[in-house]
Amino acid sequence: MAAPNKKHDKPTTGHSWDGIEEFDNPLPRWWLWIFYACIIWSGIYMIFYPAWPLVHSATTGILGYSSRGDVEAEITAADQANQVWYDRLTSTDLNAIADDAELQRFAVNAGAAVFRAQCSQCHGAGAAGVVGAGFPNLLDDEWMWGGTLDDIVTTVTYGIRNDEFPDARWSEMPSFGRDELLTPEEIDQVVNHVLNISGQPHDATLAAAGAEVFDYNCSSCHGIDGEGDIYSGAPALNNAIWLYGGTEADIRATVNNAHFGIMPGFTNRLSEAQVRAVAVYVHQLGGGQ
Amino acid sequence: MAILDHHKKIETHATLLLVLSFLVVTIGGLVQIVPLFYLENTIEEVEGMRPYSPLELAGREIYVREGCYVCHSQMVRPMRDEVERYGPYSLAAESMYDHPFQWGSKRTGPDLARLGGRYSDEWHVAHMTNPRDVVPESVMPTYGYLLHRPIDGRYITDLMSTYRLLGVPYTDDMIAAAHDDFTAQADPEADHAALLERYHDAQTRNFDGQPELTEMDALISYMQMIGTLVDRSTFVRDASR
Repeated sequence: MAAPNKKHDKPTTGHSWDGIEEFDNPLPRWWLWIFYACIIWSGIYMIFYPAWPLVHSATTGILGYSSRGDVEAEITAADQANQVWYDRLTSTDLNAIADDAELQRFAVNAGAAVFRAQCSQCHGAGAAGVVGAGFPNLLDDEWMWGGTLDDIVTTVTYGIRNDEFPDARWSEMPSFGRDELLTPEEIDQVVNHVLNISGQPHDATLAAAGAEVFDYNCSSCHGIDGEGDIYSGAPALNNAIWLYGGTEADIRATVNNAHFGIMPGFTNRLSEAQVRAVAVYVHQLGGGQ
Repeated sequence: MAILDHHKKIETHATLLLVLSFLVVTIGGLVQIVPLFYLENTIEEVEGMRPYSPLELAGREIYVREGCYVCHSQMVRPMRDEVERYGPYSLAAESMYDHPFQWGSKRTGPDLARLGGRYSDEWHVAHMTNPRDVVPESVMPTYGYLLHRPIDGRYITDLMSTYRLLGVPYTDDMIAAAHDDFTAQADPEADHAALLERYHDAQTRNFDGQPELTEMDALISYMQMIGTLVDRSTFVRDASR
């Protein structure tokens, strides 16, 4: 044999592979005890928790645990903890919520949570919308469908121009160019008129002619002076706030091919208290009326 | 211990070791997998599931082709934070016509199991064109080119026949009308009665806002129906799950 081994007196497993032998040392005690403990633990687990598949169903375990039951219980517990607030939110008149500082604080925080999960993808995490893409800014005091708490609750509940809810807000601007409702000259004129009322550089002659075109075709929704109308969701055109861009090319594109944004209704996704909370949150961002 | 001495025979016999190892792994696998096929509480009965309409199916193929599942899961787990963020937890039955299922294993982006109806079509077009336009912090790649890739449903009949082979209950009627249904769903002017008869609650409109039928139409038609079919008010939780 090779060099002397100090432990050569220990028993070997008896295997010999090309002269290499293996000592038959016992497993480390700590390891062995943990191993036994795990076996015992798994036996206990099988008794308490769902484990073995049988003929029609699996054993349920004496604790009766289920992951779905667990999540339901957890949500119910959270709802119950907040129930007193939800009740106050739904039973208080919308406009009176702000008078109750405590309730207002709850509504703003609960509403902010709802806003982050449900609204921020379109209206932006800070509620500033997406300029030029048709997702309105909720921070300013320009409202397409009204900025009172009641208006906001209605908009959040049923949404805008969706097929899901008959009560959704609805209006559609005609595509004046695509559907040939106006001639290209008239579109030139009305675009310059809109540039004029929004205080931008324009061709005065075309704009003067455009005033009449605007009067006949646009004013019924956008207002005589282009001040907009919250009952038809028509944005004001006489300021620098634009939903789909305010350059000459943008305005021309909108007159040619009208835009009308769609918002889902949230009445199936949110509770009444959540809708009210998010309305309070949006209302206090700065533009609420 | 006499019985352990026999272990030496296995250890010193490579073929025997291989055969017996395979046997052990097989038993382990069978015990885990087989019960899923017969246990009554594995797949719950739900109302509302139907196979994908041809356009939705094509959209799903695009979803898979683009590897959306690499960053997006389609399974809301039964946990409070997920249910409150995304909506009701997913049911096994909701994936019954998915081959392969799109549960995913990683979320770089949010879960999409309750995506349907959550955003407008315009949002989807804007978001696919440049995700940063609507979600500034997004790291999603852009998919605007889908708007420029027309599709004509040339292979949709073959695709549906393949899914039928895999067990999706497409009827002869559905397969015969596949191409018509494919184009009709994205055409607001078409007659949708037959389509809706075959695929209840199918959404019909011009999804991407462009005149021609593109991959974007198909993808949005799929995204707008994900997770919308099952009426959760009729769902009764099995007490043991």
